[in-house]
Amino acid sequence: MNKEKIKITGIDLYYGDFQALKNINMILPQNKITAFIGPSGCGKTTLLKSLNRMNDLISDCRISGEILLDGQNIYENIDVNLLRKRVGMVFQKPNLFPMSIYDNVAYGPRTHGIRSKVMLDEIVEKSLVRAVIWDEVKDRIKKSALSLSGGQQQRICIARALAVEPEVLLMDEPTSALDPVSTSKIEELVLELKNDYTIIIVTHNMQQAVRVSDKTAFFLLGEIVEYRDTESIFSMPEDKRTEDYITGRFG
Amino acid sequence: MKNIFLTAALVTIFAIMLICVFLFANGIPAMKEIGLPEFLLGTDWSPGDVPASFGIYPMILGSISVTLGAVLFGVPIGLLTAVFMAYYCPNGLYKVLKPAVELLAGIPSVVYGFFGLMILVPFVRNLFGGNGNSILTASILLGIMILPTVIGVSESAIRAVPDQYYEGSLALGATHERTVFFTILPAASSGIFTAVVLGIGRAIGETMAVIMVAGNQARMPAGILKGIRTMTANIVLEMGYAADLHRGALIATGVILLLFILFINITFYLLKRRATI
Repeated sequence: MNKEKIKITGIDLYYGDFQALKNINMILPQNKITAFIGPSGCGKTTLLKSLNRMNDLISDCRISGEILLDGQNIYENIDVNLLRKRVGMVFQKPNLFPMSIYDNVAYGPRTHGIRSKVMLDEIVEKSLVRAVIWDEVKDRIKKSALSLSGGQQQRICIARALAVEPEVLLMDEPTSALDPVSTSKIEELVLELKNDYTIIIVTHNMQQAVRVSDKTAFFLLGEIVEYRDTESIFSMPEDKRTEDYITGRFG
Repeated sequence: MKNIFLTAALVTIFAIMLICVFLFANGIPAMKEIGLPEFLLGTDWSPGDVPASFGIYPMILGSISVTLGAVLFGVPIGLLTAVFMAYYCPNGLYKVLKPAVELLAGIPSVVYGFFGLMILVPFVRNLFGGNGNSILTASILLGIMILPTVIGVSESAIRAVPDQYYEGSLALGATHERTVFFTILPAASSGIFTAVVLGIGRAIGETMAVIMVAGNQARMPAGILKGIRTMTANIVLEMGYAADLHRGALIATGVILLLFILFINITFYLLKRRATI
């Protein structure tokens, strides 16, 4: 059951001369939610972005080590666009395109060659239903996506990511720009999605990590200090630094 | 100090008002005398005949056809250049390309005209036949002349698109190309329309370069390889010796040209307002 989806071995990552990740080793289990926590600048988002190679966009970024997705090294002989189809991403701020809701969700499938209107209609509806936003927007899916509230936009972003049928979903502080009601809606949604996707969520909010995640990794200065079941890391942290962070003494 | 600025502003307003008053005061009586329908839709311009005939319809069509031609040549090339400059151009090349494009904007139009006359006219003549002075030649030349406007304005529109759209598209597995053409360009579309409108404004008002390559026959357009006369050319070519009603008719041509420009500027203004909302 606890199949390993992603295996990270000996990852070092540099931005120019600055080492952002130091010898990261971890296994991310399938159909589980893993939370990355830690203070700002500790490398958690950097590691997240290494998993779908969004770090490639940064020109002076160098990475060494190995990341295996289902046993396949994602930094060797791989079509990076197909990788990103398999490993979807939801960003910190909702980043819907200035188009209709429909076109936003259909963007991914169209990118991957689906032209049939019937199929697109079906995918769009299915994705919006999965993201629990269909009932709110079904009467205006041809309207601009930017007219929605921030929380709705973020759920459309999730629907857009789901529309390409990814296996892994990376979420980079998906609720940090949202109000509490929208946040709890997203959290419920994330828990639902767990059955079908492997989810990795970066969060600044430790309650959020407790509420949604199965496993938690605590990052500090580019290293993983502790990576265990969420329950045990929060009830009895092994490392003093973890304890200080989760009890709010710094960060 | 404030009064100095006020005076400067007033001079500007005074200038535009003076131009309008002059144009309308001299042009409108002429239009009345000729008759507005005859003036605008008359196909015969023969100021020397008895009785004289002052129909500027051929020149209106002439201006519109070379302007459309300029858009046809200039906009695709300009837009693709802007995409290249914003998304593909290596830094070293950009440092050469950007000033080169800006220099293109600073070349006097008579120099463009000279280039057209010496290079483009023989080129069109040899390749397509005719005598080379044609709608096609003028369109190509004007297309080149609007390039800096189209490139400059659309490049800044493209650069103004937030990076998060680019990242969002890439994260869905889209290629760089698909992202640029299906996300960035649509997001920049109102700025790109602005670029096109400004290009149109530049093309329709151009005079010297067009005169040198368009043939300037005052007759209805007869094909893209045949000559044409624009409104601007009409005024310049005949103003020197025109008198009485003939002179009035040329000033009235200026009125029509001004209305065209006004229409283009209002479109530009509306586009800009829509873009900022």
